[in-house]
Amino acid sequence: MSTQRQKQPDEPETQEAPTDQEMKAEASPQQKRLQRKREQQSAREASADEGEPEEETVHLKVFRYDPEVADKQEPRFDDFHVPFEKGMTVLDAVMYARDHFDSSLTFRHSCRQAVCGSDAFFVNGKQRLGCKTQISDLSQPIRVEPLPHQEVVKDLVVDMDHFYEQMHAVEPYFQSEDLPQGELEEQRQSRENREKIKMSSRCIWCGACMSSCNIAAGDNQYLGPAAINKAYKFAMDDREEEEIKEHRLRILEQEHGVWRCQTQFSCTEVCPKDIPLTEHIQELKREAVKKNLKFW
Amino acid sequence: MSQSYNRGLIEDFGRWKEFSAGMWAWIFHKFTGWMLIGYLFTHIAVLSSSLTSPEAYTTTIQGLESLFIIRVLEVGLLAVAVFHILNGIRLLMVDLGVGLEAQDKSFYASLIITGVIVVASVPTFLDGVTF
Ligand code: SF4
Ligand code: FES
Repeated sequence: MSTQRQKQPDEPETQEAPTDQEMKAEASPQQKRLQRKREQQSAREASADEGEPEEETVHLKVFRYDPEVADKQEPRFDDFHVPFEKGMTVLDAVMYARDHFDSSLTFRHSCRQAVCGSDAFFVNGKQRLGCKTQISDLSQPIRVEPLPHQEVVKDLVVDMDHFYEQMHAVEPYFQSEDLPQGELEEQRQSRENREKIKMSSRCIWCGACMSSCNIAAGDNQYLGPAAINKAYKFAMDDREEEEIKEHRLRILEQEHGVWRCQTQFSCTEVCPKDIPLTEHIQELKREAVKKNLKFW
Repeated sequence: MSQSYNRGLIEDFGRWKEFSAGMWAWIFHKFTGWMLIGYLFTHIAVLSSSLTSPEAYTTTIQGLESLFIIRVLEVGLLAVAVFHILNGIRLLMVDLGVGLEAQDKSFYASLIITGVIVVASVPTFLDGVTF
């Protein structure tokens, strides 16, 4: 799958091969390289010309709902036909639709590179990050809906308050009292420990996992995969004292904590950052059992 | 945010098509679990009501076994039990953190093995019974 548009950033006009006579005779490696590149470029252009006589379009079906406009209070799907470009993502397509067809189309986005976590949508029946999902990987028409199991505020915008509350409920901050001696000392973490929590630290708070979870849908108090994963990051951090870890486990082993997870793996499947959420939840379950079962 | 649109149960139920392997495994496991509990109680009820004498016991069992529908239900019971056992092993592995990457494959494997065992058992269960 080629995802990026083939650009040649290392080949601007200014770097054109020198045209002096004496230089030409030798044909330096750079010149050869440039020559080859030019040939490839023109070959590509030629094939592109033949391959697409007509403009390819993407058929989008986008969920629309606006409580403030009388006519739009009934949820519906709008169709958009957006010109396809190589490397186009779902976010690019909805942005095109908004910029060219309907400026009232509302959705969150910011970084466009899977960093900010604001554009998780329900695309063709799965929670995906708009900016990380290639149009070419999807079958058309592409249905873009707001995340399920969250209230829709407008179009593709859902209410994330509950998700953020759950994230904060696990005290997602480092709370060791134990400061290092010297003034400029750092709180060092061992490499192994860093490796252990590496994946859990990648979360971008997109809410896709929570939205995909059947249990979270039925039990509003369930912490949810993302919050538990956040707790994992700190509970597994060796720099925090044992008492703090126990405090964290006490939060997690409550009725609506880790034990609600029924290992359906849906969160792990949708997480755009490939965090092994179920694995982390299972590990915390084992930790919680170990904490409470002491036969020795 | 005074107003917001809750998509409600009907739309949520419409999403069953979007279920993944792990979710199906969960549903099947719940379903087979309840079936087994139901069977257990029926089993106790039927047998305890025929414990008056050895003859009563024999006639009850023979009467039941001569019914085609009971034979079919027995095949179903086997299917339910085998799947529940296999998926139970799978869940045990998941709880121990073993082979989490293969959780979907192990679910499909449990389904296939269940199917094979059930098909293989049909001749035995339907032996010597007519409608
Ligand atoms: S765990 Fe993954 S799916 Fe869940 S909020 Fe974080 S990045 Fe998104
Ligand atoms: S726009 Fe930032 S994650 Fe997609």
